[in-house]
Amino acid sequence: MSDQSSVNPMRQAIEKAQASALLAIKTVSDLPALRSLSADLNKKDSPLNALKTELGKLNSVDDKRTMGQLLNSASIAVSAALDIRTGEFEQSEISARIVREAMDLSELVTNRRRGHSHIVTQATMRLEDVFIGLGFQIAEGPEVETDFNNFEALNMPKSHPARSEFDTMFLEYGEPGSVLLRTHTSPVQIRVMQSWPPPIYAIMPGRVFRRDTPDATHMPVFHQIEGLVIDRGITFAHLAGTIEAFTKAFFGRDFTSRLRPSYFPFTEPSAEFDIRRQDGEWIELGGCGMVHPNVLVSSSIDPEEFSGFAFGFGIDRMAKERHKVEDIREMYTNDLRFVKQF
Amino acid sequence: MKILGSWLNDFGSFGSDNEKLAAAMTSLGLAVESITSVGSPIKGVVVARVLRTERHPDAAKVHRVYVDAGDSLELHVWCGAFNIKSGDLVPLATLGTQMPDGRIITARGILGIESHGMLCSSIELGLGADSEGILVLPSTLKLGTDVFKALGISSDVVFDLDVTRNRPDCNGYLGVARDLGAHLGVKVAAPSGDKAKKGPARTLKVEIIDKQRCARFNVTVISGLRVTDSPDWIARRLTNCGMRPINNVVDASNIVMLELNQPAHPYDGDKVTNGFRIRCARDGETIRTLDDQVRQLETSDLLICDGDDTAIGIAGVMGGAKTEISEATTCVALETAWFEASGIARTAARLGLRSEASLRFERGVDPYGIDHAVSRFAAVLRESCPQLVVHAGAADPKEKSLPPKYSLVSLRVAQVNRLLGTKLTAKTITALLAKIGFATKTVTTTSEPVLKIAVPSWRPDCQSEIDLVEEIARHVGYENLGKILPQSTMHGRLSPTQQRRRDLREIVLGLGLNEAMPNPFLAPGDLERSGLDGELAIRLANPLVAEESILRTSLRPGLLKAIAYNLSHRVTDISLFEIGHVYPSGSGELPDEYESLCIVASGESSALAMDWWSQVSSTMNFGAQLDQRNVESGYHPTRSASLRRGKQLLGSCGEIDPLVLAKHGITVPVACLELNLSILLSESPKIATAKPVSRFPSSDFDLAFALNKSEPASSLLKVLRQAAGNELVEISLFDVYRGAGVADTARSLTFRLCLQATDRTLTDAEVTATRQRCIDAANKLGAQLRN
Repeated sequence: MSDQSSVNPMRQAIEKAQASALLAIKTVSDLPALRSLSADLNKKDSPLNALKTELGKLNSVDDKRTMGQLLNSASIAVSAALDIRTGEFEQSEISARIVREAMDLSELVTNRRRGHSHIVTQATMRLEDVFIGLGFQIAEGPEVETDFNNFEALNMPKSHPARSEFDTMFLEYGEPGSVLLRTHTSPVQIRVMQSWPPPIYAIMPGRVFRRDTPDATHMPVFHQIEGLVIDRGITFAHLAGTIEAFTKAFFGRDFTSRLRPSYFPFTEPSAEFDIRRQDGEWIELGGCGMVHPNVLVSSSIDPEEFSGFAFGFGIDRMAKERHKVEDIREMYTNDLRFVKQF
Repeated sequence: MKILGSWLNDFGSFGSDNEKLAAAMTSLGLAVESITSVGSPIKGVVVARVLRTERHPDAAKVHRVYVDAGDSLELHVWCGAFNIKSGDLVPLATLGTQMPDGRIITARGILGIESHGMLCSSIELGLGADSEGILVLPSTLKLGTDVFKALGISSDVVFDLDVTRNRPDCNGYLGVARDLGAHLGVKVAAPSGDKAKKGPARTLKVEIIDKQRCARFNVTVISGLRVTDSPDWIARRLTNCGMRPINNVVDASNIVMLELNQPAHPYDGDKVTNGFRIRCARDGETIRTLDDQVRQLETSDLLICDGDDTAIGIAGVMGGAKTEISEATTCVALETAWFEASGIARTAARLGLRSEASLRFERGVDPYGIDHAVSRFAAVLRESCPQLVVHAGAADPKEKSLPPKYSLVSLRVAQVNRLLGTKLTAKTITALLAKIGFATKTVTTTSEPVLKIAVPSWRPDCQSEIDLVEEIARHVGYENLGKILPQSTMHGRLSPTQQRRRDLREIVLGLGLNEAMPNPFLAPGDLERSGLDGELAIRLANPLVAEESILRTSLRPGLLKAIAYNLSHRVTDISLFEIGHVYPSGSGELPDEYESLCIVASGESSALAMDWWSQVSSTMNFGAQLDQRNVESGYHPTRSASLRRGKQLLGSCGEIDPLVLAKHGITVPVACLELNLSILLSESPKIATAKPVSRFPSSDFDLAFALNKSEPASSLLKVLRQAAGNELVEISLFDVYRGAGVADTARSLTFRLCLQATDRTLTDAEVTATRQRCIDAANKLGAQLRN
């Protein structure tokens, strides 16, 4: 049985305490004040909490339950109001901080920069990657070579007239004329054929040397990449197909290639290969051909069982043309103002 | 080889579609490097007759010429050439004519007297090389007609061909025409020879002494000639092919050489005494050649001597001055010979005398083209010498070393198809080769079809089966052989070493270093200036210049030069690296070449070099000990270390020796790290095994020690690492202090140690015990704990 005479004053007291707490929360001025208000409101003797002790004085169980629920929802409302108000203060504090700590990022200049790779190295790696994609491995060899590997094994015995075209630099090492700076990376082909059993699908990038006076398009020290394929059933069509695939992969789908007859002592049939740009102009790129049977024999590969092709071209020119460098000598001054452009 | 379009048409009806002809030559391997228009007619130049000439008292260098251009009117022109007389026919450029050099003929004269046109020299009209006088035209031409029309000159074109070494025949029109004719289906014939009846026999005796070097030597006596200028058409052909017209006799031999690839040498028949002897030179023998130089000869040089054994020419290279054709010559002894190619090449190279003749002899001429060459020479010379008599009885000894008329080469049909990826039959191949004069003698088919091909004597380059395969490929057309990408049976990849080199490159670039590529050649003294031993270096036997005559034994000199270069161009903060080969001398067949990495930075100390080493070694797993007691030469002796593993030197780290810097004019310190990549990149580092990460807390403590300066910090670090035992997960030197509180002979080193067990939380007692072990061990090294 409800005792209205004792319940009504209590209900009023609860409502009053809740209203005054909510008002205080609403009007508090800053976060520290809110925190101290929150502490006050959570004290045992705060008006709402004090009313909890009053519950026990009620006689009716129903009244106790009703008043208890009322008191509880008042506490929840106060607590929710506190949370919301705290959130509001925190939000505005962060907003203030964001304004306060604004930065001009363009003031923040760092001098730590990643270094620059030489444009010839960049070109070499791009070429390597294209050929790796076509199933080639990369072979390397010394830059100082024997006359045998550079010439004789390549079907150019000592008396061969084409030798004079290579402008060879010889070294004062060993027998006179026996040790030289390789004039092409072809001696690496010889080393590969002598040490890897076929099938061979390899490229040989590297530094080569010719006794050429430097000018805008020639350096006595430059870079070349050659390719060598030795397998069963390799034909001239495979050579043309490889050149075509490389042309499209390296220069772009719009480029196409052609082979035209030429002469090299180490290949036969021999060819020059040209590529055609979008504008229709043919550009001479390098030399290639079917590996001469004498070259296979000198590397102990049976020309009746295996056949193959080889090709080669200059790397420096690729870098020069890609970056529109006017004078190739510029690429080798090591002037940082040049190096850092790429 | 320059090919004049109109001349080529003498060998077959090739027409004048020059683009098509050029494309055909290129696709045959006769690369056309340029096509030049020549002899283009100039509009407005007419045939005129000189009526009279007259001097003007005030004009010393020119005279007045009155001409009739066909309309019976007297035209007056000023003229600076005095080679004309009344009655001569001359080319007159009429008013308004635009000359090839762009100038337009106007009436503006001199001394107030107008000029009604200009008389022209052959060079002004593009008809020859003569600029000396006015071109005097044949007297048969009709006055007033267009000069070019009257001379029968139409526009012409010169193809400049890059003839490869394997095509000696294409150093003559006939060879080019044969190939082109086969390709285009045009019938080809050499221009006709002399048809006149032979004169009475006149024989000059020929004795070949060195029969291996000279296998055929034809001497034909030709008399009744008059040495004069060649007719214009001959001069024009020679000029357009890059040769200078000299006189009708020499020019005729040059025409024959260009047409038939057979050099022929005319001697003054009256100056050759008692015939010819062909022998090698004697030691110390000399000869005065046509160019008036005295040449020192060697025993390997082949000479043409007269019957009295006096040298009158260097065989196949250049004639002598003594028997040179002169204006008085009325009789020539014409030499047309075949010499062994490599001997001519050696002599020409040694004497630095590459003549048009030697170039052809050293590539190879047709030993059976000689008879026609002699006849053709007479036919050409007869144009200017109608009274010419070719005498019978020519000496023409042939030695055993003369190549055969054709050589037989076996050709397997299957081999052709195996290499070219074709399905050609014996019949197709026979037809293809027949077009270029290669006859199929026999076809055997016992096991597989084999053809015996007779290679004609003008193709000495075709000696083996593979040479024939190339001929077939050329005439099928490279563009018709297909393009197939082979399926690589290997997988493409970088080798472990190559992958590691790329990794290293990325790390070094990440450290902000820029890649340099200095010249691997050094000047004498460069190594010494860098503190390196010049004795270890290899010299070039034939350097381009002395400044580039030494092979580098280290990357340091090149990079130091690069630093100096940049500093001199006011570029500062230079940080460079190079990955490249160095070539110290060795004891093997080849030098001890290896790959090296060198990094340098200007204005930086060893601290940066150590930072590089630490970054590079930790990421690349390069292991080496710092050895400051053995510093490599060229490095700062007290601020550098060599990097070693046992006795093996792996590199160096530190600063460049101030003395070296001074010698390079570098005034700031230079940090340097150098590594032997041939060793370090070839190692495959152990793959790290995963260790469980401890879930128990770690205990950190710091220890500061005073350590005598003579003892490296690394020794203390090593001792502490050992003493701390298995629970040590990290130790680092985080502070070095010199100054108050530390003896002058020592410095303070503070280490932070982190202990952690994987199976438990370490107790205070355990940590304390470890700490004490560390202190005790340090004490043994002479390090004193500081508080």
